[in-house]
Formats: sequence, C-alpha cells, structure tokens
Amino acid sequence: MNKFLQRWTVFAGLIVVWQVFGVWADDPFFPPPSEIVTAAWEWWVLEPENVTEHILPSIGRLLSGWAIASVIGVALGLMLGRSDRAMEYAGPLLVFLRSIPPPALVPVFLLLFKAGTSMQLATIIFGVIWPVLLNSVDGARSVDVTKVDTSAVFRIPRYQWVLGVVLPAASPKIFAGLRVSLSLSLVLMVISELVGTDNGIGSQLMTAQREFDYTRMWAGIVLLGVLGYGLNTVLLAVERRALAWQPRSRDEQHA
Amino acid sequence: MSNMLEVADLGHTYGDYEAIGGLTFTVKAGELVCVVGPSGCGKSTLLRTISGLIKPSRGDVTLNGSHLAVVFQDYSRSLFPWLTVQGNVEFPLRKLPRAERRKRAAEALEWVGLSGAAKKRPWQLSGGMQQRVAIARALAYRPALLLMDEPFASVDAQTRFELEDLLLRVRREHDTTVLVVTHDIDESVYLGDRILVLSTSPARLVANLEVPLPADRDQVTTRTDETFVELRSKVARLLNVGGKPAMDVDKWAAAERESLSETVSS
Amino acid sequence: MRAFTRGLIGIAGFLALWELLGRSPLIPAHALPPPSAVIGELVTQLTSPEFISHVVATVLAVLIAIGIAIAIAVPSGLVLGSVPAVRHATRAVIEFLRPIPSVALIPLALVVLGFGPETKITLAVYAALWPILFNTIYALDELDPLLVETSRVFGTGRVGVLFRVALPSALPFVLTGIRLAATTALIVMVSVELMAGAQIGLGYFIMEARSGPGRMDQVLVGTVVAGVIGVLLNSGLERIRRRWVAW
Repeated sequence: MNKFLQRWTVFAGLIVVWQVFGVWADDPFFPPPSEIVTAAWEWWVLEPENVTEHILPSIGRLLSGWAIASVIGVALGLMLGRSDRAMEYAGPLLVFLRSIPPPALVPVFLLLFKAGTSMQLATIIFGVIWPVLLNSVDGARSVDVTKVDTSAVFRIPRYQWVLGVVLPAASPKIFAGLRVSLSLSLVLMVISELVGTDNGIGSQLMTAQREFDYTRMWAGIVLLGVLGYGLNTVLLAVERRALAWQPRSRDEQHA
Repeated sequence: MSNMLEVADLGHTYGDYEAIGGLTFTVKAGELVCVVGPSGCGKSTLLRTISGLIKPSRGDVTLNGSHLAVVFQDYSRSLFPWLTVQGNVEFPLRKLPRAERRKRAAEALEWVGLSGAAKKRPWQLSGGMQQRVAIARALAYRPALLLMDEPFASVDAQTRFELEDLLLRVRREHDTTVLVVTHDIDESVYLGDRILVLSTSPARLVANLEVPLPADRDQVTTRTDETFVELRSKVARLLNVGGKPAMDVDKWAAAERESLSETVSS
Repeated sequence: MRAFTRGLIGIAGFLALWELLGRSPLIPAHALPPPSAVIGELVTQLTSPEFISHVVATVLAVLIAIGIAIAIAVPSGLVLGSVPAVRHATRAVIEFLRPIPSVALIPLALVVLGFGPETKITLAVYAALWPILFNTIYALDELDPLLVETSRVFGTGRVGVLFRVALPSALPFVLTGIRLAATTALIVMVSVELMAGAQIGLGYFIMEARSGPGRMDQVLVGTVVAGVIGVLLNSGLERIRRRWVAW
C-alpha cells in the first residue's frame, strides 16, 4: 500500500509539474495536461461517433490481428519446436523473415489487398507473428527429457501429449512472446493506419498534426499509452492465472 | 599462543526467532577449529556474523588481525564466472601492485596444485578444482583467519578426502588459522585441533573438545584410530544423532530467507 | 554442415513458392514481382552509389541510436535495479511511458524536431531504450547474493560491488537487451523514414520506389536489404555475446 502510494505520488507529481510548466511556457507543441484532457473530452465524449468510428475499429483490428497471429504462431511454433529436422529447414528462413521491418511491406500489402481492413490485418499479422512463433519453438524445445519419457511410458494419446504436456511446458515462453507481440500489434496498428485508411486512431493522429491541432495530437498519444498499458495489464492478469501452477522464486513473490 | 579470534556472548535473532543464543569461544593463532552442529542450528548465521556480513544482535566478535577470508560451500556461485581462475584469485588483491598480485596468485595456485589452470574459466573446471580455486583465493589474501562454510559438502567423497588433506597440508605449511563450519562429524574430528559442538537452535555451545590426534593425519589410518572412533562417537552422542530432530523447518526456512534479504539490502 | 544445407533448401523452397505465386494469375504481376526479377534489381542497386548511400545512412543512424540508448538505459537500469526506492517511485511513470508506441510519437517528433535525422534517431532511441533498461534491471534482480557476499568478505565496498560484480554479472542480459533493441531500432528507423519523409535512408528509398514509378521490385529490394541488415545486426551481436560473454 505504501509502495502503491509512493508510486502514484511521483506520477501525480510529474503531471502537476507538467501542468505548471505547460501553462507557464505556453508552448503550442507542449500543452498542459488539463488542456489535453479537455480536448480528449470534447473529442471522444461529446462526439461519441469518434469512438465508434475510429477507436473501436482500431482496437478491433489490433486484437483480431494479434489473435490470428497468435493462433498461427503457437500452432506452427509447437510443431516446428518438436522436430529438430523441421527447424533445420525453416530456421534460417524464419530468422530472415523476422528481421524484415514489417512497415517496409506495407506497399506490397497495399497493392495485394487494396487499402482497408484486410491490408491492415496483413501488416499486423506479418509483423507480430514472429515473437509468438519463435518463442513457441523455444518453449516446445524446453520440454524436459524426463517429461518426454514419462509421457512415453504412460503411452498417452497424441492430443494429450500436445495439449497436456507440450503446451503447458511451453506456456511461460509463449506468454512472453504474446506480450511482446501485443505491444508490437499496437505499433503496427498505428503504422497501418497512418498510410492505409482514413479511419482509426493513427489516421486521426495524422489528421490532428496536419491541422496543427497539437492538443488533440497529444490526446491521441496519451490514448495510445493508456491503451498499451491496459492491454498489457489484462494480458499479465491472464498470464498470472494461467501460469499459477509454476513454482515461483522468492524474488518474484516480492515483485 | 595468542588468540586470533575472540567471540564473546554472541547472539543473533531474526524477528522472534533466536538463531544463536550466546556463544563464547576463542580460536588461537595457527589453530584449526571445527564447529559442528545439526543442520539448521545456526552455523551459517554464526559464520556470517563472524565474517561481518551481518551485525549480531548482541555480543562481540574480535579479530586480532586486519582481515579474514571465507570459502563458501557453493563454489559454483561464489567464483566470478567472467574472471579467469587467476582473475578470481587476484580479486581480493586489487590494492596491491600488479606484479605482486601476479606473484601471489601464482603462488596460491601452486599451493593448491592448479598452476596449469590459471588461464581457464572456473566453470571449465570440475567441482573439486573449483573449490581449490576458492581456497587459493582465500589463501592469496593472507587472512588472519580463514573461515570455511561447509567447504567440502558439495563434492564427491573421493574429492572430499583430497581436499581435506589439501587443507591440512596448506594450513601446516603456511601456519594459517582456520575455522571450519561443518555438519559432518567425521570431518570435524579428522580436520580439527579442537571441536566446538553446538546444539540445535538457538545454537549454544555444548562442548569444547580437544582432538588428541597427532598433527600428521591419514585418511585410512587416522579414521580407524581408536582415539578417532571414540571421539567421533562422543560428538555423535552430544549431537543426539538418532534422536528426534528438534528443529522447526518452517521457522528455519523463514530465518534463512530473513538472513539473505538482510545481507542484500545492507 | 547438413543443417546449413537444410537451411538453404528451406530458403530455396520459399523463393520457389514466391516465384510460382508471383507468376501465377492469382496475383497481379505488378503487386508481387517474382524473386528472379527482384534479385536482378538487387544486383543493379548494389552497384549504385546512391542506393549504397541510403543503406549507409540507415545503418549509421541505427548505430547512433543504439549507442545513445545504451548510454541512457544502462546507467538508469543500474540505478533502478539497485535502489528499490527509486524503482518503486518511478514504476508508474515507466509503465505508462513504455507502452506508448514510438510511431505514435512520429507526428510530435516531426513538429518539434523537423524532418532531419534527429527525428528518426530520437524515435529509434525511444524504442530501443526499453529492452536495454528492462534487461539491465532484470539482470540486477538475478544477481547472485553469494557473489556479493564473497566480494564483501574480501573487502569490496558498495561502489566496487556495483562495478566489479553487478555490472559484469549483468553483462550477458544487457547484451541480450541490446540485441533486441537493435532489431527494434532498425524497424522504427525504416518505418520513420518510410512515413515521415526523411531525405535519405532505406525507408525513403522504399517510399520513393512506391510512390513515384510504382517499382515494386525496388520496394522488395529495399525490404530484403533491410531484412539482411537485421539478420547481420542480430547474429553479430549474438556472436559478440557468445565470444566475449561466455558465462
């Protein structure tokens, strides 16, 4: 409780400093928080169609792109991870594909899918699948020999082997990958909206900048921060539940 | 002979758990004293208070010399993996000129028979050899007192015998004062000039036994010597081996955690 | 060596599939030129001084960004990791700043810093900070208390412990952080060049190729080269870690 208070006091303190400084400096590029909040209120609460037409579709694309990439990534990753031979064939290719900056492919996706949701989904999926996939490979490889032998001795059926042994053993790694790719999804969502469409948080951000409305631009940046924070918190809560079986070390309990 | 270490009414409590309950003893210069007690009796706490890693709740520890060295049980964790064997031995000698450092490290490595491994990394060596490095590091520091915390508990039996004889040899050749904390009764009798027997927590001194064995000891003949066997049985009876364990596992684990966090944050 | 051959076969298979797709009527030819065309263009571009200067500009900017990020993140990580009070106090601020995607800052950086290299470097630094910072903090959490005790027993002071024990023991984690940061910095760099209209750089090359003549083969050349740079950065840093930080 004390730590909690300490933490948010500093946070609130910085906001106050920013407010005082912002009012004093009166710089159009750095408006004080009060103005940003007012702008956000006018923009999203007084005009709720901005939420339904821009924010919600953005979040929808982000989540569906991330979900599709996760399902494909985990499935492929577990398969590849349990076969050394398959990884030998696919490994170098995966390393290369992962290193491609996904925004560089936006022009290709634009031509392939036309501007719109499918092009944005393609960008997000291509960009975020690699952390999930490679972490799943790592996780599937980390099933220890004793567990492999135990499962072999009991002759468990194949689905139980995959869902009951490999998947749980790989899940700490998978969750690590999911977290990385979730924050990447946010980045790619914004990127795909900056070029691809006229709706979404990213395009609104660009519009605000083009119209020299820097207060709204800040509101957009803050919204993305809040969104990232919220999504990460939710995923962490899910992870904590899903991985509750893990023996925890002393340090983690304190953290 | 003068006293190298004087411990007077030393006591330590973690919260409401009393680990050590008033210990008084001395270690004379050149002497090898073994502290033996049941597991979890507060031996580690004793060692940490003597070495200055934690401040005792009460009592005094007086070292008649400038500094001491410690050899921990867990050699793999107490050697620095990013330094070579030589670098590890030189670690405490930073204030000395480079040439002197080199010389002392080479010397100490020779004492423990590791001259050839100076350029290796500790993790490239076997467990027994790693513990030799830790011993060489402690010896190169020329400590007034060499503290050893279960130094041979993590190596196999054969290596253990070798290391015990190594310790007896170097301490005789260099007149080192040594305090060995162990839970192994045989080892305490084999190594010690004197044995301090502790009770379960809170640790109190149960007996202070002279070891009437000749200075030259041998793994085969000494261990079958009548004096050895008799003394071993005596220590075993004092430790109540075979009796009911009196320690409270949870309390002990809690105290262990407590002592760790105490060190880290201090 | 057999694993290496299999890797080559894997890549060759991918190229063959791409070639087939590119030539099939399913996909418009101008949208996805086949690898044969892209490789031809790649050879042409690699001999063009202009293209090389784009590549050099991007690589240089990435290296500068990583350098700055290291200079900021490692000392901050050491402070945050070893002084719990500071860490708790700044936790909310950090947790709020971290999820702000660097690309969301593009508009802000453009109006404040203009269209020069400062913008893309600043944004890449922002993105590269976090992996280094968090890996440094994590590394200090993992610091073995026995190592600290050992050094204290041998008379090492607080500062000595930080530099002679904590820092070397953290180094492998920090290097991993730097490796992750390098990949991120490259992605952000190319993205900013692509979208914010830099005057030079791989991203700029890609944007020019697309918006001007619509040369998709050049777009893909830029993409492939960016990927190769990423692989080289990643494997180079991994090799450094293995070679120098083998513990």
